[in-house]
Amino acid sequence: MSRRRVQLANIAQARSGDKGDLANVALFAPTDSLYAAFKREVTTDRVRELFGRFVRGEVERYEVPNVRALNFVLHEALDGGAARSLRSDPLGKSYGSLLLRMEIEVDDGELAGVTLKP
Amino acid sequence: MDLHKTVPSIRIGAGQGFYGDTPDGALDVALHGDVKYICFDALAELTMAILQKDRMRDADGGYARDLPVFMRRLLPAARERGITLVTNGGGMNAAGAAGAVRDVARELGMQDLRVATVTGDDLTSRIDDLRARGAELSNLDTGAAIDTLRDRIVFAVAYLGAAPIVEALQRGADVVVTGRVADASLFVAPMVHELGWSFEDWDRLAAGVVLGHLMECSGQATGGNFSGDWQNIADLDRVGYPVCEMRDDGTALLSKPAGSGGRVSVDTVKEQLLYEVLDPNWYANPDVVADFTSVELRNVGPDEVAITGVRGRPRPKDLKVIAGYLDGWMGAVTIGYSWPDAADKARRAAELIERLAARDGLEPLEQVVELVGVNALHGDASTEADDVNEVVLRVAARFATEQEAARFPRIAMPLALNGPPFIGGSAGPSSPRALLGVWPALVPRELIEPGVAVDVQTGSAST
Repeated sequence: MSRRRVQLANIAQARSGDKGDLANVALFAPTDSLYAAFKREVTTDRVRELFGRFVRGEVERYEVPNVRALNFVLHEALDGGAARSLRSDPLGKSYGSLLLRMEIEVDDGELAGVTLKP
Repeated sequence: MDLHKTVPSIRIGAGQGFYGDTPDGALDVALHGDVKYICFDALAELTMAILQKDRMRDADGGYARDLPVFMRRLLPAARERGITLVTNGGGMNAAGAAGAVRDVARELGMQDLRVATVTGDDLTSRIDDLRARGAELSNLDTGAAIDTLRDRIVFAVAYLGAAPIVEALQRGADVVVTGRVADASLFVAPMVHELGWSFEDWDRLAAGVVLGHLMECSGQATGGNFSGDWQNIADLDRVGYPVCEMRDDGTALLSKPAGSGGRVSVDTVKEQLLYEVLDPNWYANPDVVADFTSVELRNVGPDEVAITGVRGRPRPKDLKVIAGYLDGWMGAVTIGYSWPDAADKARRAAELIERLAARDGLEPLEQVVELVGVNALHGDASTEADDVNEVVLRVAARFATEQEAARFPRIAMPLALNGPPFIGGSAGPSSPRALLGVWPALVPRELIEPGVAVDVQTGSAST
């Protein structure tokens, strides 16, 4: 079976939010097989690397199988919190789309039944 | 078994998702949602900080200034249809807000409107007392002791649950005005009141919290901010705000008013389910701990999602507290640069600003350099932009004093003539802004709940 690289933006949904200096990013898979691929590919280490200096604390990952989601909790990720932040995006609203930049390796079989977004 | 037996249920609509939301969504829910309650969530952590700044300027302020605007739009329709309104737009001054609602009621000739006020969430003047009575109030995220910045704290509030609102409803309130009641609890209260739920019925309370959580951000559950095929979401300018039908058995339907814009589907709703959620197994609300991994979502009709299976655990021993503390002042410089080499020009300008600031004796405690159009939102993950048409440079710096923060944008003004070519879109020096750090903590509920009070007055009572 051949493997290929796909960008999460083409196959997933995501939404982020703020809680003090913590942000959460929920990543949703469209099918069970892609959810399994996300669990394998979208690790806390890779998320930390992608977010770079935005995240100063730890990265936690929770599985939410009922909606085929991974919920990432990013500590010390909002510049001290929305009312203290110097950034253009004090609430981390664009963190969801930031995560969708990640490219992952999937089998063709794991893409079965999924329409890639253009 | 009679499948057609009617299960008691209650229909509740969402009227507001944040301070600044439009009243149009709430009015649509009132007119076309067939609801008995509309609940308005005006508060977020950032909002508490904004309202506290208002209260520091004006002791009569500190509540959501658009609350009277919402009431003027909503009360006639609500009155006619017997819809009760529940809002936490009281912010840092629920009593003042309730007075403003009664003023509106009088203007509208509704002297007999019963307006309830819930107080007891404001801990600003009680911090030392709470510390003396054993509450540590340590930072929930970092474990740091609150005494390290005690003198910089400007407000503190506890998140209250649904019980005081239920009391207000039992006493016949037409409008309930609260301060920092937890977002979802605004919606749980009418469910408890109408369906007679026990405050120890964890699964039902958890179902209420899930629905409240889904509805508290108004259009964000019905097609707003949707990361899927957002191009195909119709008429977001008149997006329908969420309407739920909660049944006595803890199952619910989520929909929106007929004819409104937006979309209610498993895909739009699930994004909101995890919005601002940390551990989905353990979503702690003042009245119950909800397990969001137990929630089953199902498309059951056009713009209609069924929500079932929700499980809950006993309420937490402690209530959550949010305090805000002064943490310096922000000064910011914003300058636009055009092609060619727009990004390089902006970077050079940032270096010049740094030198000018240093020569002026300005020492930022920290600063952020953003190239808007290149990397402001995605930072290090942004792709290279070699040939971008334009870039807005934004340098924001934190200073210990307001005076330094005010001076900072002024030292960059010479760049209008003395910098890289050519600037555009500079709006002149911006005003300094006070920065407030957020301090999350826990407090034993027995130190808070005895001080929670419910007051009900009619519109004829003078304020």
